[in-house]
Amino acid sequence: MPSDGMAKTPESDARGPGRRRFLGYVLAAPTLVAAAEMSSAPRAAADGIPSPEITELVDLNDVMTAAALPTSGLITVEVNEDGTVSFALPRAEVGQGITTSTAMLIAEEMDVPVERVRVTLADARPELLFNQLTGGSNTTFSTYTPVRVAAAVARQRLLAAAADQFEVTTGELTLKAGVVSAPGGRSAGIGELSGKAAGSTSERVSVSLKPRDQFRVIGRPHTRVDALEAVTGRKQFTMDLDVPGALPTMVCRPPTINGRPGTVNNLDEVRAMPGVTDVVVISTGVAVRADTFGRCIDAVRALRVSWKPGTAEGKSDASVLKELRAAEPSMGLPSLTPSVEGSFIFHFRSNSALEPNCAIADVRPDRAEIWSSLKSPIVAQETIAVKLGLPVSAVKVHVTEGGGSFGRKLFFDAALEAAEVSKKTGKPVKLMWHRADDSRQGRTHPMAISRVRVSYAGDTVLGYKQRHTSVSTDLGHGLGELLTAMAAKLPVGDIGFSETFFQLSQSMPYDFGANSRLLAETDKGFNTGSMRNVYSPDVVCARELIVDRLAAKLGKDPYEFRRRFLRDDRARAVLDKAAEAGEWGRTLPDGMAQGIALHTEYHSANAVLVEIDCRPETVNRRVRDGVAGPRVTKAVVVVDVGLTVNPRGLEAQMMGCLMDGIAQTLTSSLHLRDGHFLEASWDNYFYTRQWNAPLEMKVIVMPDTTGKPGGAGELGVAASMAAVACAYGRATGTMPTTFPINHDILSFGPKPTVPPIPASPADGLDHVR
Amino acid sequence: MPKHTFRLNGEEVTVDVRDDERLLWVLRDVLGVTGPKYGCGINVCKACTSHLNGRAVNPCAVPVGALRPTDEITTIEGLADTVDGELHPMQEAWLEQDVAQCGYCQPGQIMAAVALVRRVAEEGREVTEDDLDGIRNICRCGTYPRIREAIKSAAGKM
Repeated sequence: MPSDGMAKTPESDARGPGRRRFLGYVLAAPTLVAAAEMSSAPRAAADGIPSPEITELVDLNDVMTAAALPTSGLITVEVNEDGTVSFALPRAEVGQGITTSTAMLIAEEMDVPVERVRVTLADARPELLFNQLTGGSNTTFSTYTPVRVAAAVARQRLLAAAADQFEVTTGELTLKAGVVSAPGGRSAGIGELSGKAAGSTSERVSVSLKPRDQFRVIGRPHTRVDALEAVTGRKQFTMDLDVPGALPTMVCRPPTINGRPGTVNNLDEVRAMPGVTDVVVISTGVAVRADTFGRCIDAVRALRVSWKPGTAEGKSDASVLKELRAAEPSMGLPSLTPSVEGSFIFHFRSNSALEPNCAIADVRPDRAEIWSSLKSPIVAQETIAVKLGLPVSAVKVHVTEGGGSFGRKLFFDAALEAAEVSKKTGKPVKLMWHRADDSRQGRTHPMAISRVRVSYAGDTVLGYKQRHTSVSTDLGHGLGELLTAMAAKLPVGDIGFSETFFQLSQSMPYDFGANSRLLAETDKGFNTGSMRNVYSPDVVCARELIVDRLAAKLGKDPYEFRRRFLRDDRARAVLDKAAEAGEWGRTLPDGMAQGIALHTEYHSANAVLVEIDCRPETVNRRVRDGVAGPRVTKAVVVVDVGLTVNPRGLEAQMMGCLMDGIAQTLTSSLHLRDGHFLEASWDNYFYTRQWNAPLEMKVIVMPDTTGKPGGAGELGVAASMAAVACAYGRATGTMPTTFPINHDILSFGPKPTVPPIPASPADGLDHVR
Repeated sequence: MPKHTFRLNGEEVTVDVRDDERLLWVLRDVLGVTGPKYGCGINVCKACTSHLNGRAVNPCAVPVGALRPTDEITTIEGLADTVDGELHPMQEAWLEQDVAQCGYCQPGQIMAAVALVRRVAEEGREVTEDDLDGIRNICRCGTYPRIREAIKSAAGKM
């Protein structure tokens, strides 16, 4: 854990004798700037001996946190003269609520109202190296202690300044709601004290942190700090920024995945179209810059381009399935004892957020400035610098608030393109992908096969084997480098970083005897990424379905069977809670059933119970340009993340994870045909919609069992997906083996690939309602 | 280029753009009104939902030339001005439920919700689960349950 390395000399102070002290800094500045660095590395366990349960010794979060440590630089809390507190978070806010939870940490430690803490997103800071990557549900895990240390330094300095001003001891002062009060009714706001508390030289100081029993903010539900901006339309995303001269820009893209532009047959004609300022060929297609995006759409549609082949020419779902089958590792000799075995297919899924890929770039001969929502801004900065032939220090990268990510914004495809277009045109650009671009050329969750075998004798489970074979997941966004850098220090031997990632992120919560799992990857021709919860949704879905089948074979209840084999008390507690709150075993009509599933990751535990309605009158509901199908009518999501900073935000994350799980089991996939995906928009790609959403949903946040925050943002996808699959299997009497279950029925008419984007409709007034 | 006049958030505006420029780009790229979001450009995701004379409309599918000078367009920025008080009851309900996650779709969700409640009220009935199922706005963060709660709660206050 991050805090373990921070213990300093035991001293007593006003906040309690013998409490652990942490080192922070006061920096030389006109007003108070307090700082902290990330703590030292956790001890990697176990002398290099691989364990069957490596995630109990060290998991992905530990690796990410440890990787951050030696080079983390400082994070700073600034007290402004208006009584507000500023903090530039070196992470990306994409909806997961980390600006809110971070403001809460600072407010707690400094005793200022949350509303007075201004959390912004830091520009790319190359000196932070690995420590500016948002992913792996790691933000709160890795920043929980350092943020509080910086805030505690600020608090201590403010109290010292007030003590000096009022000529009393700090013990006679109270700090409440941003005001320091002294005996005799004297008081001063922290803004007034900031100058006096400032450092004339930078110095190291030691502080203790507020004990948990005094928390008034952490652990209590808080509405998002940007909620008002969101509901009034004032929240600004990349496309809403007004950067002078940055005109709308779009790219005409190839008809097949990663095709390349050849000759443009009507360049002059399109350049002469009204509103169009520039048309240039770039590495990924033909870019158009115009007065409005409406003009860009028309120009992109007018371009006649000869295209060169892409990286998946001629491929289809069937041909990729064949590749995967050929790449599957052996399951070994057949089990000598009875066994249960299954093989599951998981189709490609789109990683698109609702905000399409977008970026603003202003490239000049000697410098460049980029605005985009980036989860790996340093890698983006370095890559863009190389592409432009500029030193890294000449490329300024601003991290903007993101309209969703789910892993997508680990990549910076739009920022790289925007830089290229701006360089080629010599003008600033505001580049946006059309939704069709995002669907067809964007990042995907790779197609995979997961094969599971469990062997048993009587009531004893003897062994569990899982072989997960997947189209390669592109980890080339920094997380991969991070793992490569750390791999030698881990007790897993010298294996590639995909396998390392896989081993570190996959847990085995059941005591199923000898346990082995392997990842095999094939085919790097697709644009893939670490979609929310990465390997876990598919791996856990396959496992939990087999657990259900094994339970059935042994004549056991699925809940009781899981309970009996769980190895961890926290996992058992969330499972019990889900069963109790979801009234496991209650009677339902034919065609409806419950499903229950469990997942542990990120030092957290999650159980999900759902009820599904597979009756014909529900499945066959008619929805225009959409898919109805079976409906999850009720869901209970129970989560133990250790210490919860903001239960309201955690509930929101679990809700989103549940919707993802429902989509991945029932409705959401991409269909690959002849080198391209058929899906081109939201009327083709069926993410969960209101008509698919559960009518009843309960999220239960378990009391703190560890005193430390675990990961949360992605945690709930795996068990949600699995619970829906298990429920579907029990409702229909048939274990599903292909996901989503509707993949084999194409529920839409595919849009053309040339031109690559659809025309803007003109009949909007006919649909006013 | 032709001039087009319509009313936007309570004020008359005139823009000098082509007839077929879609209203979404007139709002966002010409007038700098960025509350309505692009999510698909073909009227399926509903992220740009705004109001035309009080009813839900999707500016990505409306050529500006189709608007009359008396047509009143209300975007999320102008919603609160249609009621007394700082915020519209639907916005208040959104805050109470802490609906937004990334927030990108939420201006459209709120505008669609207000139009739904108005329509249902005109039909002299209460909002049903079927009405809520009929909301087509996509939220990729999956805030659907909180959206349902917020609409039910605001319906009584509108």
